[in-house]
This record gives sequence, C-alpha cells and structure tokens, in this order.
Amino acid sequence: MPIISIDKLSSYYDNRQVFSELSFDVEDGDYICITGENGSGKTTLMQCILGFDIKYKGSIIFNGFSRRDIGWLPQKSDTKSDFPASVSEVIFSGFAGKSVLGIAYSSAQKEKAYKNMALLEVEDLKDKSFNELSGGQQQKVLLCRALCAAQKVILLDEPVNSLDAASQNEFYSLLKKINNSGITVIMISHDIERAVKEAHKILNISNNGFTFKKAECYLEDEYKTEGNYGNTI
Amino acid sequence: MEILSKIFEYPFVLRAVITGVLLCCCAALLGVNLVLKRYSMLGDGLSHVSFGAAAIALAFGFAPLQFSIPIVIIAAFLLLRINGNGKIKGDAAISIVSTSALAIGITVANLTTGMNTDISNYMFGSILALGTEDVVYSVIISVLVIALYIMFYNKIFAVSFDEKFAASSGINVKFYNGLSAVLTAVTVVVGMRIMGALLISSIITFPVLSAMRVTKKYRSTVILSVIISVVAFLIGIILSFSFDIPAGAAVVLTNLAIFIILNCFS
Repeated sequence: MPIISIDKLSSYYDNRQVFSELSFDVEDGDYICITGENGSGKTTLMQCILGFDIKYKGSIIFNGFSRRDIGWLPQKSDTKSDFPASVSEVIFSGFAGKSVLGIAYSSAQKEKAYKNMALLEVEDLKDKSFNELSGGQQQKVLLCRALCAAQKVILLDEPVNSLDAASQNEFYSLLKKINNSGITVIMISHDIERAVKEAHKILNISNNGFTFKKAECYLEDEYKTEGNYGNTI
Repeated sequence: MEILSKIFEYPFVLRAVITGVLLCCCAALLGVNLVLKRYSMLGDGLSHVSFGAAAIALAFGFAPLQFSIPIVIIAAFLLLRINGNGKIKGDAAISIVSTSALAIGITVANLTTGMNTDISNYMFGSILALGTEDVVYSVIISVLVIALYIMFYNKIFAVSFDEKFAASSGINVKFYNGLSAVLTAVTVVVGMRIMGALLISSIITFPVLSAMRVTKKYRSTVILSVIISVVAFLIGIILSFSFDIPAGAAVVLTNLAIFIILNCFS
C-alpha cells in the first residue's frame, strides 16, 4: 500500500492554475525527484503535501502517518544571520512540534537526534554556532533537523542549489544513506541528469501535464523524444 | 552599602524594585524573540499607544491600567496583522500608529487636565508614582510570562528560528506570535509607569543585544538577557536615587553602558 496517495490534484497560485489532475503514489522507501520548469508548481505541490495554506482540488491521503511527521528542508531557510543558536539547538527544534511542555526533550528524542547526527556526520559541529558554519554544513544541519521531525518521509526543495560541487556530492551521498536507512525521500531538483542518477522515480511536471516513471525509463524516453524531435527537423 | 540600606528604608523604593525587577525579567524574555524576529519596534509602538490610552484614562477618570491593557492588546494584534500581510509595511505601520497615539494622548491631556505631573510621569517614568496595584499587576504578569516561557520554550525557539519549518512540523505559529504580542502589550503597560512610555522599549531590546555580543547560543542568550536586564535595572535605580535623575533614563543609560562595554570586549 502506498504511504502517500495523490489523486487528481490541481492547484492555483495567484488565481493561475499551476498544475492540474496530478496523480501519483509514493511507496515506502521510495526516492523520488520532482523536476520541471520554473513556475510549473513543484514547490506548490510540496506545500500542498505539507498542508500549507494553498488552494487545491483533489486528494492527498497519508497511510500510517500524519503530514506532521514529514521532515522538510525548505528551499530558502527563514533563518536570520544573527540568530544566536547552537547546532544542537537547531537540530533538536525538529522535535518541537511533538515535544511535550517544558524545556527538556525525551530520552527517545535525544537518542534519535544523536543517531541522526552520526548518520549525517555532524556530531563534531553540535556545540558550534549555526551561523558560523559554511553553507554546506548549515544544509547538513537543517537536513538533520528535518530527519528528527520525520517518521517516514523527508521532503527537500532544491537542497543543493547554493552548494559547491564537492558539497553537492557529499549531500547526495548522505541522501542515499538516509534512503538506505529506510526513509522515503522526495526531492525537488533542477538538475535532471543528476536526479536520474540518484533517484528511483522521476515526477516531471509541466504546464501541459505530468509524467511519473522509473528513473531508468525516464532516460530512455527522453532519448527517444529527442531522437524523434531530431527526425522531424 | 550605606546607600542601599538608605534606599530600602522607603517603601516606595521597595515597590519600585520589586515591580522593576519582575518587569525586566519579562521584557528580556519577550525581547529575545521580538529582537530576533525583527519586531523590536513593536514594543516602542505599543508604549506610545499605552501612553495615549493612559492620557485618555486620566482625562476621564478611568483607572489607567485597566483601561490601557485591553486597548494596547488590540493595538498589538493590529500591528502584528499589518506586519503580516498589509499594504503598509511593519516599520512604517508602527511609526504611524505610535505617533498618532502619542498625538491623541497629548491633545486629550492638553484639552482636559493639562500637561501635569501625572502625564509627565507616564512619559518619562517615575518610581514615586507606583502603588500597590502596580506591584500586584507586575507579579501576575511576570508569573504568567515566566511560566508560559518555560512551558513553551521549545516551541518558542522553533517559531523564532524558522517560522515556516515550525508551521510544517505542526506548531500553531499564529498562536505563539499572538501570545507574544499580548504578553508584550501587558508588560509595556505595566512597565510604562516606572520606565516611561518613551523609554520602556529599551528594556525589551537593550539586554538582548548586549547578551548577543557575548554568546551565540539561544539558551544562554535568554538567561544572560534576563541577568543583564535585572542588573542594569538595579544599577539604574541606585543611580536614579543617588543623583536624583528619572529612573527610566538611568536604567536606559546603564543598559547603554553595558552594551558599549560588551561591544568592546567581543
């Protein structure tokens, strides 16, 4: 049974339709890349899934978990450059939505946080100031926060955009590790070539419709389309 | 030491110290998030509204605290709303609202009671003007602020650090922003009498900025802000008493000195 079923989803942004009748299923353990041109509604789709205040028609059904249990790595983080926060404070804030009253986090939450820190290799940073980290390190810390918030699924919105090539490679290999540990990964990406290499499935949205297929099929089909296109000229 | 024992001989000073210390704790706690979320001007705007309300209350013989608190709470919500989605942006909106409220207050005062000592006390603060009622209100508000802050500490951090992420993880962001606005409003009204409407916002921003020179962690920023706020207030009161200057001004100048010193060391 799919863990997220999206059926005939249409959404509007500024009264303009961004995508229509989008249907696809997310299976447990999937690694899905969402691609498409600017303005095709990739981020809007993610916001619909997260339950933000977005107008949409159609249905999004979660099986076995709630949308609050999704870990999210936003495209542009809302954080201020002078905010005094240590890395561990930032990571633990992934639990804030679920934490009971008070200052302390539960021992289960602590255990999960340290496990995630080890997985993402950010343990050494935990007492550092978040704002004094490099862009790549900050992104890893925010990924760790998303993992703490996540039960099964993480959503990432163009996470490697602002990173240099070396940090991008490191980030992709961490995502693979996360996915191998059983977490479902859904990522928006501009870089289709890389997406095809990394992900299991590709959801491509355009203003005319959408395609949802296995990554290896995507490559073949793209090749065919390109071939056909060449022939007609 | 001599001056300390002298100060505490007077019951009005004791009242001022209790009220002031409690309010400084609240202002510092609330201030951390206001400063970090770029809402520092909210305190300033609300203090002017609070002055306008107090002037009207004095003119018509209403109880100033009870009359001002609901009005300032409403103003806080209006300002937050405008900040969120209005056509006029936050800083400009606060400037319009605060100067208008100040103008209304001055006009009403001039037309009725005249610019007497009461009015001047509300503008610049006075430790002589505090009654038992102020002490009671400051105890209630500080217990409320400190208890809520500890109860919701993790959520408050999450909302201040990254509002969008907090919303995605199921935190009711609007509730926490509203709560912070209400508590700031009450703190401003109760603190206005001692610090003065024109100076009260300084105890919301100064201690936090000073603390941020020294530490880069949230929890230590919070704790240090409270300590700096209380120490600056106590030094301010002693200065006010020794040199016969208004308490509000003395506290602000002490905060300024602490801020400059910490800036030199960091």
